[in-house]
Amino acid sequence: MKTILLHPTDLSIAASLVIVDIALSIFLRLGLHKQIAIAATRMVVQLVMIGYVLKFVFALNNPAATGLIVMIMVLVAAREVAARPDRSLVHGQNYLIGLVSVAGATTLASVFALITAIRPDPWFDPHYTIPLVGIILGSVLNAGSIALDGVLSGVEAAQPGIEARLMLGHPYWSAMATLIRGSIRRGMVPIINQMSAAGIITLPGIMTGQILAGLDPVEAVKYQILLMFLLSGASGLVAVAVAYSAAWRLTDGRQRLRLDQLR
Amino acid sequence: MDHATQTVNLRIDALRNTWAGPFSMSIDRGTCLTVTGASGSGKSVFLRMVADMDAAEGKVLLGDEDRTTMPAPQWRQKVTLVPAQAGWWAPTVAEHFEEKNKTTATELARQLRLPEDIFSRQVLRLSTGERQRLALIRALVAKPAVLLLDEPTSSLDQESVAAVESLLASELERGLVLILVTHDPAQAERLGNQTMHIKDGKVLPA
Repeated sequence: MKTILLHPTDLSIAASLVIVDIALSIFLRLGLHKQIAIAATRMVVQLVMIGYVLKFVFALNNPAATGLIVMIMVLVAAREVAARPDRSLVHGQNYLIGLVSVAGATTLASVFALITAIRPDPWFDPHYTIPLVGIILGSVLNAGSIALDGVLSGVEAAQPGIEARLMLGHPYWSAMATLIRGSIRRGMVPIINQMSAAGIITLPGIMTGQILAGLDPVEAVKYQILLMFLLSGASGLVAVAVAYSAAWRLTDGRQRLRLDQLR
Repeated sequence: MDHATQTVNLRIDALRNTWAGPFSMSIDRGTCLTVTGASGSGKSVFLRMVADMDAAEGKVLLGDEDRTTMPAPQWRQKVTLVPAQAGWWAPTVAEHFEEKNKTTATELARQLRLPEDIFSRQVLRLSTGERQRLALIRALVAKPAVLLLDEPTSSLDQESVAAVESLLASELERGLVLILVTHDPAQAERLGNQTMHIKDGKVLPA
């Protein structure tokens, strides 16, 4: 099968759909048109840039260059995780939590895949490493930001219940358990949906991409299954890490609920 | 038994945060300190500081045990705060009570004129007065040494107020230390052995 290449005119025609969104937003007073326009523009600029960067890095085939790209991707994802919730912790602790959890979960999942299942030669081969990290980051970002938002934006509403338990002498972590569990669960919902819908309701992006690029569907499916497992592992890790570290930053040595740590 | 631990139960020494206090007092076993003052004067802050729910400087001792020598949850089991608007963390009333305390809780509910089936109800469907009494019961069944009550009868009718007061009186007889924030001078008169009046976070001389 021959890959069908797209021309800029093809893309401009597709862009008219974004204009429809913007028109709807104005007409229905959704207040989203600015956001849609910015997001669409960002998407185009980011993707075009990454296209050229990847072309360059693939040509270099050098571990330092690959590592640098991966690091930048992780930093941007961590920033997104930290910035997404409505409420944030004082002193930029959101960013620290985002960085540690995102980097940890992503590194674990991608190194695991690179040394066990995919085993490219060399193991850091940017053709594999960069797209793999990218896909994992997408899920990690989703799960991490939802779980972090669950704790930070939920804790004020949950305060009376949490403090009632503290006042009765329950330990902080028992008092917080419901909120933490709920936040982790919410963070895991997207990947669970993605797995249950895969193949029936949706054809996952990677698989579709590989099929469009001419790969045998069954081979594409194998890759997709591997990825789904990686994504579920990484999502779980990041949701747990983010929820617990946020809860830990909301208390002190005397097991109080410190909402003054919230901004 | 050591004379000091037997009679002086709760001792508060220069307890303060950035705007409230210093508060210093000692309250004997079986006696009640009533705290009065306008809304926003710092009465609730004072209670939260005693329960170690808000950070504060100064010392609080139960008998001769300084609270800093024990983990905070252990302190709060002994010195339990029931705020004016107590929180709930589960859908039904029963989920807020440990199985081993159910009998005591049912008996106390009867004394406080609550309906028989109250424990199977949804918290969201309770009236403010019902919640207020249940929060008091929830704290009492855990047998604290000190109870800090923030306007415990503000939403109750006269008969229920009398029931709560007589329950508190019998707990006092058993040796409870009670700090009671109230807007009702008559209630302060009926229950209080000593009174503290707070204005703008400071203790007013009697």
